[in-house]
Amino acid sequence: MTGVPILQLRSLTKTFGSLAAVDKIDLDFDEGEFFTIVGPSGSGKTTLLRMLTGMETPTSGEILLRGKRINDLPANKRPTCMVFQSLALFPHRSVGQNIEFSLKMKGVDPATRKARALELMSQLRLPESYYSKNVTKCSGGERQRVALARALAYEPDILFFDEPLSAIDYKLRKTLEKELKDIHRETGKTFIYITHSLEEAMVMSDRIGVMRGGKLIQVGSPQEIYSAPHTKFVSEFIGDVNIIGVTADGTAQVKAKEFGASLKTPAVPEGFGAGYLVVRPESLRFLSKADEAQNCLEGRLYNEYVLGSRVQYQVRVGDHVFIVEKLRQQAFGGHRDDKVLIGWDADDSILVTD
Amino acid sequence: MDRLAKIFRPGPRHAIPVMLFLLLGFVAPLVTVVMYSFVPSRTFDLWQDWNLDNYAEIFNSSSYIPFVWSLGLAAATVLILAVICYPVAFGITRVFGKYATFITLLFTLPLFVSENVRIYGWILFFIKNGVLLGSLKSMFGYEPESILFTTGLTLMGMVYVYLPFMLFPMTLGVSMVPQQTRDAAFDLGATRWQVFKEVDLPLAMPGIVIGFLLTFVLAVGAIAEAKVLGGQRIIPITQDIETAFTYAQNWPLGAALSVLLMLVVGTLVLVVLRRFDLDTILGKK
Repeated sequence: MTGVPILQLRSLTKTFGSLAAVDKIDLDFDEGEFFTIVGPSGSGKTTLLRMLTGMETPTSGEILLRGKRINDLPANKRPTCMVFQSLALFPHRSVGQNIEFSLKMKGVDPATRKARALELMSQLRLPESYYSKNVTKCSGGERQRVALARALAYEPDILFFDEPLSAIDYKLRKTLEKELKDIHRETGKTFIYITHSLEEAMVMSDRIGVMRGGKLIQVGSPQEIYSAPHTKFVSEFIGDVNIIGVTADGTAQVKAKEFGASLKTPAVPEGFGAGYLVVRPESLRFLSKADEAQNCLEGRLYNEYVLGSRVQYQVRVGDHVFIVEKLRQQAFGGHRDDKVLIGWDADDSILVTD
Repeated sequence: MDRLAKIFRPGPRHAIPVMLFLLLGFVAPLVTVVMYSFVPSRTFDLWQDWNLDNYAEIFNSSSYIPFVWSLGLAAATVLILAVICYPVAFGITRVFGKYATFITLLFTLPLFVSENVRIYGWILFFIKNGVLLGSLKSMFGYEPESILFTTGLTLMGMVYVYLPFMLFPMTLGVSMVPQQTRDAAFDLGATRWQVFKEVDLPLAMPGIVIGFLLTFVLAVGAIAEAKVLGGQRIIPITQDIETAFTYAQNWPLGAALSVLLMLVVGTLVLVVLRRFDLDTILGKK
């Protein structure tokens, strides 16, 4: 997915007092891509988005839209539109009036407005009868679609999303995530989405940027972020993961801080002192003999959790807790407190720093 | 028996004291006033032949003029207050930030001083050789006419006295407009004026309407401003009612004037409340 950059950030910075909420970010968004910025609360992602929409003015740096500097262009003059976290629908207006809002502001005549609204409603699978329904009467998912339709009616070059799915229950969220990706495909517009959930980002995005403390710490495809995190922070962000504190011992191996074992790793970089070895739960295996994997540890099976299609096991090696994950069909038949051997190959682990 | 049982359920039972209090303190006097409006002029006995003479007298004389003054001044007060208070309410909610509480306090403090004292204070300010004119004279040797005892000053006094009653409901109304909703309108290409017209105003309407009604009803009943600051240049309806019940000792006429005033104001309030159904505005219907 390499294309023409539509939006470019050059050393973009926003400071509040002495705090840099967004700290020198350089990033190019490609035309038509679904880019998600992920970060915990306080990472500066909302401030970044507010600058991109024009609701906040950058302290320094540049925002270039198709090569033109738009730092000081107010939100109502930018060809971009945002779907808000609260959706920010107009509660005193009907579904139709909400969708038509931007057209009305532009002075488009009522008939054309209505036609466009109905077109968008059918695209977003909202029944035509909803046109005159009060938005406050709509369900969560319907309101979501109204907000999206309202933004699309503006015909923006870029659509921004500020965690619009965060307040929605799990099942509906999963449906809407996929719907949003479908809409992205249908419209071909550039979507820039922010969320604190990397899981959500993975499902929808072409590329993901991870933010922490106002800085962009890693940008890549969902696969890259998942399989090759650069830091402990990024690897932890995806949920269940085994992180082993390690120190270099001068060889091609590293030493686990907590339980003293020497572990084989892909390659120890020059000058590596201490860091973390990251192993995904699905990369861990139960072994019958110690030589079946390049790294092998003996532990105690502590608990198992059935996650539907997968089963997770908690294995304790000394005080360190490992998570092992298997597909349900390949479930491990062990019992609680059994002594077990677990292991993984060096190539399935990643050495990261803090 | 069933009905009796219903009354003695805890809810109705506990409401009885309040009901009695309202009945004696509010309904009874009101009913008495309405009844007095139908008895012959300048009599004090309620139980005689009722007629509409008092009302006829009002419509056949110039007694309607105080009505017009009261309603007109109240309407003017409301409009002026709307223009003054909206920006202040907006400022308190969105602009002043940490100073908002302090500014609110400044607007509240005068309420702790009696209205009469404050109005007499204005006299000292505007009177010949008073604070304003005295200072102008001693500092610049400039001696303009005093604006005391004019209708304009009556209006100023009313605006001054009723300001908090407009400001606080309005502030509440303005604060009910979610910032994200305003941002969304702006982001969708609305100009500042369009955001105001399409989002700010309709969403703040419950507070604005309550402020309008509150100040209007209070201002129609205003009396001290016209008497003291206006030097009785104009007579508001309240003063006519007061005179009828006191000097003139014509209770039936006073009662008829009161009933008419209540009818006019009551109708207006009902019409406004129907037109601006608060629930609909808030999107609850």
